[in-house]
Amino acid sequence: MYVAVKGGERAIDNAHKLLADKRRGDREVPELSTAQIREQLTLAVDRVMTEGSLYDRDLAALAVKQARGDMIEAIFLLRAYRTTLPRFGVSEPLETAQMLVRRRISATYKDLPGGQVLGPTFDYTHRLLDFGLESGSEPAAVATAPADPDATMPRVTDIIAGEDLIERNPPADPAAPVGDLTRDPLNFPAGRDLRLQNLARGDEGFLLALAYSTQRGYGRTHPFVGEIRLGEVEVEMFVEDLGFAVPLGDITVTECQMVNQFKGSATEPPRFTRGYGLGFGHCERKAMSMALVDRALRADEFDEERKAPAQDEEFVLSHSDNVQATGFVEHLKLPHYVDFQAELAFIRQMRREQTAAKEAAE
Amino acid sequence: MSEPADPDLIEARRRAMGLFARATEAELREPLQQHWPDHGARDLKPVEAGLVMLRGRTGGDGAAFNLGEASVTRAVVELPTGERGFGHVLGRHPARARLAAVADALWQSEAARTLVQAAILSPIATRLSAEKGRHQTETAATRVDFFTMVRGEDAA
Repeated sequence: MYVAVKGGERAIDNAHKLLADKRRGDREVPELSTAQIREQLTLAVDRVMTEGSLYDRDLAALAVKQARGDMIEAIFLLRAYRTTLPRFGVSEPLETAQMLVRRRISATYKDLPGGQVLGPTFDYTHRLLDFGLESGSEPAAVATAPADPDATMPRVTDIIAGEDLIERNPPADPAAPVGDLTRDPLNFPAGRDLRLQNLARGDEGFLLALAYSTQRGYGRTHPFVGEIRLGEVEVEMFVEDLGFAVPLGDITVTECQMVNQFKGSATEPPRFTRGYGLGFGHCERKAMSMALVDRALRADEFDEERKAPAQDEEFVLSHSDNVQATGFVEHLKLPHYVDFQAELAFIRQMRREQTAAKEAAE
Repeated sequence: MSEPADPDLIEARRRAMGLFARATEAELREPLQQHWPDHGARDLKPVEAGLVMLRGRTGGDGAAFNLGEASVTRAVVELPTGERGFGHVLGRHPARARLAAVADALWQSEAARTLVQAAILSPIATRLSAEKGRHQTETAATRVDFFTMVRGEDAA
């Protein structure tokens, strides 16, 4: 049990002033603007938005600055801020097939309709430090090539689905309620809607480690990246007063379609199975990890033996949230004097009893 | 309130609202000042920032799930002639949302619609189309063709 303490106001106040000073750093170095963070540390902003579960590039950039670059602290700030805003409504489901694609790759088909575009990627870089960035040199001019403005990029999974070789996604039932773990506490077993919501805001490191564990044999799912796509999708929200859905603008998302092996059953011909990942901004590692864990959590659906951590829904969903996790781990730093005094009294009494028992025996 | 049920008109208004939502503040403020300096729109609700829960679909095309929220600003205005305009923009942008609501209200007046189209919507559409074209040509330059290599021992 945690018993509150009083006092320490001046020390706390001064500590926060010191924090603000240290956050500013050497005054000889120009102060970082939130616009610079938004434009130049874009992947940090994307991660804070995804795990903070709030798409707002300006707020995420401010959170990164305020948190001195501590991602989980920044995510915490964004989660706290969202509780101050009313919810106007829910969007129509994002149509990722209509995406303005900036990157689209497949590890399963080299010649897929619409082609593969690498976009802005770290892939195939040599991971050598670029000292040109230290000296502030201008980047080379961007290359361009003719593009067909009306070209479509069908999802790879739709191509395999044409031959009925991959499972179909359960069709959307507009009347079915969609679970929301920001409104109702998570209960088990959770539906796939709640699992995907939980994974989408889950900690990238935690999901990456779990995804890696499935590859190493802890719940093998034999995955292929069917497709990863990055780009802009339109957001539409139904407005009651108008009676129709209104476009609000575009957001950037990353989607991963993982294709996994499945042997089939007595009644079903063999088909590939699927795992799905989706996140805000450019978050490929996160989307891939999410897709692998989503698939691993579907073990029961495919009569797979659940024996690995990544297949254990309660374990995964209860520990994926880094704000909850850091809250519980870091609360150990707060004064626990009363607790600890009780433990001290108890251990002293145990010692006394042990000594008395020993003396009585002698 | 009862809105016209003409699906073509609703679709045209939705397209216009989509452009207002993507406009910069200047792209709305300048033509409104120039052509309708005395529009006299009044706020029916205070301009307000809030959230929209964004939904994805399982596997991209299946059942909906809640992905996460986005910030959104909304404004509702009314012209002295009775047209109600709604402005919804992603992010926290009260000025843009209110200007978008005024533009939406003006668009509903048949007398003003042609000028709204020419003075506000067309320049926004032109800029967005140019930006889209630039992104597409930049992306197209990274189109990749992978070749499957035949292994040496299999070639013979």
